[in-house]
Amino acid sequence: MNRAFLGMPTAPRGTGHLRGSEPFPAAARSALADSQLRHNLANATATIRAKREAVVAELPDWEDLRTAGQAIKDGALNRLDSYLVQLEGQVTARGGVVHWARDADEANRLIADLVRQSGAAEVVKVKSIVTDEIGLNDALAAAGITAHETDLAELIVQLGHDRPSHILVPAIHRNRAEIRKIFLREMAGVDPDLSDSPAALTAAARGYLRRRFLSARVGISGVNFAVAETGTLCVVESEGNGRMCLTLPETLITVMGIEKVIPSWRDLEVFLQLLPRSSTGERMNPYTSMWTGVTPGDGPQHVHLVLLDNGRTAALADETGRQALHCIRCSACLNVCPVYERVGGHAYGSVYPGPIGAILSPQLTGVEDNASLPYASSLCGACYQVCPVKIDIPSVLVHLRARHVEQVAADRRMPTAEAVTMAAAAWVMASPRRWAAAQRASRMGRLAGREGRLRSLPPPLSAWTVSRDAPAPPAQTFRQWWKARSGDTS
Amino acid sequence: MRRPENQRRPLPAAARAADAVRIALFVTCLADTLFPEAGKATVRLLERLGHQVDFPQAQTCCGQMHVNTGYVRHARQLVKRYSDVFAGYEAIVVPSGSCTASVRHQHALVARRCGDEALAARATAVAARTWELSQFLTAVLEVEDVGAYYPHQVTYHPTCHSLRMLAVGDAPLRLLRRVRGLDLVELPDAESCCGFGGTFALKNADVSTAMLSDKMRNVLATGAEVCTAGDSSCLMHIGGGLSRLRAGVRTVHLAEILAATQESP
Repeated sequence: MNRAFLGMPTAPRGTGHLRGSEPFPAAARSALADSQLRHNLANATATIRAKREAVVAELPDWEDLRTAGQAIKDGALNRLDSYLVQLEGQVTARGGVVHWARDADEANRLIADLVRQSGAAEVVKVKSIVTDEIGLNDALAAAGITAHETDLAELIVQLGHDRPSHILVPAIHRNRAEIRKIFLREMAGVDPDLSDSPAALTAAARGYLRRRFLSARVGISGVNFAVAETGTLCVVESEGNGRMCLTLPETLITVMGIEKVIPSWRDLEVFLQLLPRSSTGERMNPYTSMWTGVTPGDGPQHVHLVLLDNGRTAALADETGRQALHCIRCSACLNVCPVYERVGGHAYGSVYPGPIGAILSPQLTGVEDNASLPYASSLCGACYQVCPVKIDIPSVLVHLRARHVEQVAADRRMPTAEAVTMAAAAWVMASPRRWAAAQRASRMGRLAGREGRLRSLPPPLSAWTVSRDAPAPPAQTFRQWWKARSGDTS
Repeated sequence: MRRPENQRRPLPAAARAADAVRIALFVTCLADTLFPEAGKATVRLLERLGHQVDFPQAQTCCGQMHVNTGYVRHARQLVKRYSDVFAGYEAIVVPSGSCTASVRHQHALVARRCGDEALAARATAVAARTWELSQFLTAVLEVEDVGAYYPHQVTYHPTCHSLRMLAVGDAPLRLLRRVRGLDLVELPDAESCCGFGGTFALKNADVSTAMLSDKMRNVLATGAEVCTAGDSSCLMHIGGGLSRLRAGVRTVHLAEILAATQESP
């Protein structure tokens, strides 16, 4: 196996939000017990799924677009070194300043310094998932700077002292009654008679945010695409709040994972078709903002771009795993995932939840720090089917499981119980004679069965019989039947 | 998504309808041990259609459990065994979408990961002749009416790997629609996973059970007396849950329905 990725720097422990506090099965158990959460998620994902399916079906060349998206991302990652330098050159030539950050700690320090230099004590933020990855808000707070989230869902999460649970709709786990309560509790000056109608909630948020947009001197954003050829940065969003953040402040600091670079302006043609249909189920994205360096007298006059690694190079070194870096954060895989639909995003412990998170987070942190995530899937394949850039998520999950198993075997002197069981099973199955003998032995269990069903099994199979009966072995295996039928007495 | 396999690969010349085909059965370790009726039914069905079925007794397991649990290196000897045992057969038929998908999509990868290019080449060749039962019937033998009789109300669960990795499409439904006496009831939210997922059902038992609950609710909503599918593993999961509920709905492998006749129900 290719072990080239070993030794590559991963995202540092103790900073940011890529690691959960407990393994997935334990976190999932708490989530499953929350019936309100399951109701909110089932409703929301079913709605987005249906919208996506309808608009994707409209395009006869959808499969070609997916193939193109995959090819462009593949090409960009294969020559990432030159595209990033090209991007840096173009941004710099147009009056922007480019910074390189190897990890979360370096990026946070750098950004806090930039805000301090501007003299501002408050910042407005949009497209915040990457800054949430590195825990920027906490780092800014420690530097005495207050960060205001301006995406409506991010605002709900921030005011609720909560964590985002979805890539596109971070407050998907909340319904409007809950949002009303959060606004009444946390939003200074809100109408005490606020209703939970979407229009009333939106108006309250608008009033609250406008004041911040108009006073903010620094904006901090993520980015959807960065065009190497021109140095253009692109943010797509649905509310227009992003447009405010990107245009009103004097200083704009944009943080991008290094995998966001695309070679040419024309490549946007593909992604601006794939992304809205896959994410919000819209034909066209409502607000698409693009800026190239500084435009004198128009918009931010101090433009910074922070290029963030934070484990991405480690992911890039894994031939199978690197396709996770193709992701354009549409969240279609979350919306179709039967596991995500039942447990929500918090159970994954990372800002990147769902199937894409289960392959991205362990690569950014090192598999040992997110070892339960590659197993958080039934491998049903629904994610691969909808991915607009054709990331073969099930294959990467299986690959990361193998990486984990091999690492555990290398790190431990004694094999785990599971490793012993798997080795024994492989040994038995490697010989038809041993296999037939094992089948005969398994039939001893028949004695315990009633009407061909077993209601309890010993560990680890007891996890099965908690909710499911197990079949009792039949009187005759298939191969015994075959031998008897064909008169074979060997 | 991948195109259906039958559009990707020309059919073997000798394997077309009307010609008798010498078929090897890969029964799968699960059906061999716990669900022999699925294997027996596959043999009876293919013989009734005029084909000769062989069961190479050196076969054991495709190795999917090892691969999907992370024990890729252990799976190598199982891949090698499969490639050796079935090397001489024109068509290998499997009463499982999941095991067929493992042979088609994982075997060569396992060999390559273990640095064995020669095995990868052999595995690829054997995989190309390995067929899931419903796809073999409809795409290779080109039959839909297999002469079956099954006077029951039945609902069909399309298993994830047959649907998404093999793209069997509506092949199982076309076969079921031609079964005499059978009343086919549509399963709501059919394409949603039942929550089995191999060792997922043990490692993430709570989530698996939550998925199973919704699948069972949908099965029960059909009012059908039988739930069928092309995979014994998913049926073991759904059937185990229904049995625990004492719901009375039986789980029956697709092969058993297609093998049933008026004379031999």
